[in-house]
Amino acid sequence: MAELRATTPCAGLLPLRAGAMWLEEVDPGRITSLMPGPGQAGALDAALHAAHGVGWPDPGTAHLGDGAAVIWTGMDQAMLVGPAPEPALAEAAALTDQSDAWAVVDLSGEDGPEALARLVPVDLRAHVFAEGATARTLLGHMSVSITRTGPERLRIMAFRSMAGTLVHELQTAMERVAARRGLETGAPDG
Amino acid sequence: MRLRCPLCGERDRREFSYKGAAVALDRPATEDWSAEWDDYLHNRANPAGETRDLWQHAAGCGAWLVVTRDTVTHAVTEVALARDAARGKGAA
Amino acid sequence: MRLAGKGRNRDAEEVRFRFDGRELRGRAGEPLAAALMAQGVRVMGRSFKYHRPRGVMTAGSEEPNALVTVGRGAGREPNVRATVQEVHAGLEAFGQNAWPLVDFDVMAVNDLFAPVLGAGFYYKTFMWPRRFWEKVYEPAIRRAAGLGALSGEHNPDPYEKAFAFCDLLVIGAGPAGLMAALTAGRAGAEVILADEGVEPGGRLLSEDETVAGQPAHVWVATALAELAAMPNVRVMTRTTVTGAYDQGTYGALERVSGHLASPAPELPRECFWRISAKRAVLAAGALERPVAFAGNDRPGVMMASALRSYLHRWGVVPGRSAVVFGNNDDAQRTARDLAAAGVHVAAMVDARPDAPEVPGVPTHRGAVVTGAAGGRQGVEAVSLRLEDGREERLAADTLAVSGGWNPTVHLTCHMNGRPVWNEEIAAFVPAEGAVPGLTPAGACAGVFSTRGCLEAGARAAREALADLGRQAPAAEVPEAEDAPYRLRPLWAVEGKGRAWLDFQNDVTVKDVKLAARENYRSVEHMKRYTTQGMAPDQGKNSNVAALAVLADATGRSIPETGTTTFRPPYVPVSIAAMGAGAQGEGFAPVRHTTSHAASRARGAPMVEAGLWYRPSYFPQGDEDWEAACRREARMVRAAVGVADVSTLGKIDVQGADAARFLDFVYANTFSTLKPGRVRYGLMLREDGHVMDDGTTARFGEDHFVTTTTTAAAGEVMAHLEWVRQGLCPAWDVRLISVTEQWAQFAVAGPKSAELLDGLIDGGLDKSAWPFMSCGPVTVQGIEGRLFRISFSGEEGYEIALPARYGAALFEELATRAEALGGGPYGMEALNALRVEKGFITHAEIHGRTTAFDIGMGRMVSAKTDCIGKAAASREGLSGPEREQLVGFRPVEEGAAMSAGAHVFAEGAEAVRENDQGYVTSVAPSVAFGGWLALGFLRDGRARHGETVVLVDHLRGTRVRATVQEPVQFDPEGGRLRG
Repeated sequence: MAELRATTPCAGLLPLRAGAMWLEEVDPGRITSLMPGPGQAGALDAALHAAHGVGWPDPGTAHLGDGAAVIWTGMDQAMLVGPAPEPALAEAAALTDQSDAWAVVDLSGEDGPEALARLVPVDLRAHVFAEGATARTLLGHMSVSITRTGPERLRIMAFRSMAGTLVHELQTAMERVAARRGLETGAPDG
Repeated sequence: MRLRCPLCGERDRREFSYKGAAVALDRPATEDWSAEWDDYLHNRANPAGETRDLWQHAAGCGAWLVVTRDTVTHAVTEVALARDAARGKGAA
Repeated sequence: MRLAGKGRNRDAEEVRFRFDGRELRGRAGEPLAAALMAQGVRVMGRSFKYHRPRGVMTAGSEEPNALVTVGRGAGREPNVRATVQEVHAGLEAFGQNAWPLVDFDVMAVNDLFAPVLGAGFYYKTFMWPRRFWEKVYEPAIRRAAGLGALSGEHNPDPYEKAFAFCDLLVIGAGPAGLMAALTAGRAGAEVILADEGVEPGGRLLSEDETVAGQPAHVWVATALAELAAMPNVRVMTRTTVTGAYDQGTYGALERVSGHLASPAPELPRECFWRISAKRAVLAAGALERPVAFAGNDRPGVMMASALRSYLHRWGVVPGRSAVVFGNNDDAQRTARDLAAAGVHVAAMVDARPDAPEVPGVPTHRGAVVTGAAGGRQGVEAVSLRLEDGREERLAADTLAVSGGWNPTVHLTCHMNGRPVWNEEIAAFVPAEGAVPGLTPAGACAGVFSTRGCLEAGARAAREALADLGRQAPAAEVPEAEDAPYRLRPLWAVEGKGRAWLDFQNDVTVKDVKLAARENYRSVEHMKRYTTQGMAPDQGKNSNVAALAVLADATGRSIPETGTTTFRPPYVPVSIAAMGAGAQGEGFAPVRHTTSHAASRARGAPMVEAGLWYRPSYFPQGDEDWEAACRREARMVRAAVGVADVSTLGKIDVQGADAARFLDFVYANTFSTLKPGRVRYGLMLREDGHVMDDGTTARFGEDHFVTTTTTAAAGEVMAHLEWVRQGLCPAWDVRLISVTEQWAQFAVAGPKSAELLDGLIDGGLDKSAWPFMSCGPVTVQGIEGRLFRISFSGEEGYEIALPARYGAALFEELATRAEALGGGPYGMEALNALRVEKGFITHAEIHGRTTAFDIGMGRMVSAKTDCIGKAAASREGLSGPEREQLVGFRPVEEGAAMSAGAHVFAEGAEAVRENDQGYVTSVAPSVAFGGWLALGFLRDGRARHGETVVLVDHLRGTRVRATVQEPVQFDPEGGRLRG
């Protein structure tokens, strides 16, 4: 039998560039949802530190470690991104493999927040939404997770099945922002 | 319109879904149909003034919220987690 | 005409543009109205009802007359104000509401019928006969009256929407707005300064005055340079704040590329902003108001302040000799400035007996203009009535008018604030606290001197800063003009001839008086009767004067008569801008399964299921859908078929109380389910009706995976979260959707086990996988899940692998199925197979069916408490009077039934009173040939075998059918147990 080959969610769609903005697909490694049981957030925090060197995040925050990141994704829920979860975590949390559930892209460049301002009703500018900040919000009509992973880098996770729409929406917004920048820099009529 | 989600902070209305009156938290304990059940399912006040709604931060953290707001001034005076409100009632 | 050496744009590039087909020249960036004025064009539009020739009246977005259509083709834009549209090379504009041209309009014949076309004319005239209303009168009226028209084609232009955030939104960049932005910006607050003009500055750009000892426009430039250097300040020009909404949300329309000769294709035409501001300062200024007198709508009659704008900013004037008519000191500035620019000012007509003299201009105190006379091209002479009652007539081609100023209170009305009458300035000012967090400052609050506006802006910003917990640095407010605003109210001058109030909707003083006489004494009734205030300018130029005339006609004061109010948007906003991003693909996200590309490659037409796209069928040769459906269904019954079922919702339910939770949310019991087993579940709403159904698999003591239908996946997830958070907050239940994680395929048919045996690592031992079992499997070492379940009635499995392998797995399964005489099947075949088996979908559980209706009533009544149990026991939700799920088979073989048909007893007339039920699903049947149906029939379970008639009034069909058990094929289920 032929070998079953893996396909990434944005295969054939990325990377792309508009102005000084870049959009590329990211292989995040394993993604595991962590949902601590009642009163177990502290135990999970300790287990996470011991196993992966990152802690259990408060709402709206992400812990970005060297090999592992924990990104808060909702009420009583965060995603461990990078390594396979140490089995010890299961004592404090329900673990669910979500590695294939998300299309993960990085939007980089100074104008990234300006492009996302066309799509996302949350202020993502670096001085408001600093490194380690994360939000569950909308991108157009899609539910997404957005995390600032660098001074000019935003990580966007959307449902895998919507990867096409995600790229289309982002590309349109990026191109429009780039065209406006062209206006400001005095290129003839943008 | 903006609501201050207890977990996510202030967010635009489009992230939230309106889910009806907060009366839904007061589910009758009985298994048989009764006037109490009828009230619970069907009868709603329509106040000019303070009202309590359920909203879900559906495109955000997923939390169900109890929103206290004024139907005349549109002022939102409190947003609480439905879970906390339910626990306060001593629900299961 | 253009005045040599005048206008701050005198160095602008000269460009060519077209108006009504004529090639003209203008200065790039100036308003179209200024360019037309420079070329001596006086008639720029035609009025709404009477087709009167109209010239430009104002210099702002409130312009009622000079409305043009810009561009041609699909994206042409009607009702663009010539005062707002900037001139660029190649601009094409057209007059509107005229045929063939605004200069010569045959519909102007309407004006001759004006005596009978007054207020209420339509209501009184087009009453009879009734059948003429829609067929004759309305189209005729619509042709004759109106404004510009859309192309009627799909608009290809890009539009955009965007979100912005700030501490302080400053609305308007005149003296008050600039000072507010400077004050807040210097304090470090995040400021957005939005102005609808091309350049910030407001009236400071239009006046000949000084601020801080320098020409006002120089001070503006200095202030803008300071703001530009602040990283915390964002200046948005060409941006009109259109509405104030709850919790500090503001709408704003930005004109992005309409001023460019050849914009980049990616540039949106407009952007509609949603601005979220912690505080706001409204510095929207004021609008000068006209005085009503005979002929005051003639081209050449303009607002006094607008003339100063055209003169100082763009160096143009509409004529050679002017009369200025006003009732306040401000009007006199126009006489002074025109005279200084070398325009002959024939007279300053000031209604105030104590008015000062304008040096060098004959000043008539206590006098009024009684009429403007002229021809098609506008004013030629002006009639006056002097203080002593004498009449005089002066030759003039320009008449400047000022009835005083109306503060731009609009945004303060958007949250139900009612403006308050201020006797001193005879105008409405904003009510205190009308919009939470918004402070009106400057002219929009009734402060009209420049110095007063600068001070008010600084003060409002300091107030806002204090609310934001910031310290405002002490700053001096610059010296500026601080003259008092002395005014004697004057709304309308008595005299012969029509005196216009609402220019855009052709409402005259006489119309308002007629309304009062006919007892439309409430201002709201008067507006609706006369249509005053209902045109695109929304009464900006006419509301207060109309109210004053109504007050006068009804013998009441203005505050007694009523108030004026405004709703959003402040300026017209195109639907394209409001709905930006929602056109085409932007309307809704598209969800693709991992097998999408492969299905398309096999020629499958796709059908929408919620946001998902699923293959309808996989045609071979020239098969139509029915032929393909029958072949695919036969293939499943005889060999093996493969279908992508990844779109079904899958929810991971974990925690110590997971089983108890499922018992509560489902009408049946899951705590008794053994790990490694699967059970069908029926979910009710709290009102006792069916919400959804699906299978739930138990993978461990505290771990279930429950499935939902494709359509209800989101609704079910929200419902489960509600029960978890709102009803069972102390239980240990953890929920997460895993729909996107797994690519899941149904493998169904007598050869399904054979197919899987070759695929799964270690093969498939059928004895270890009885019907309704589940468990982990691996394929090439990849961890997956296998479920022995069936929606087809055949032996069937569903295999799930992580979605990254979905595309490859589908190809593998399809290839293997084809080798066994099978292949992929689509939604049509899936439907045909399940109809034969009586399996329900949302065609049956459509929101009005109960568990009893589908034959599962006992499941609910036997349970301890669950969602929907109490309500399901209500009278009327069970019993013989209910319409119950049944199957239908046509009496005459091959007769086509239709979903939506209603069921009648044989011999009964097919009318509503005799309605016995309806058909929900119809599909081709391979087991019986022809067609099978499912539906609901009153007391249906007791009527199996009876013959009924299915009548589809919509399609005009009538089919005799026998009532069957819902499960028509293999009712014992021997095939699916394999």
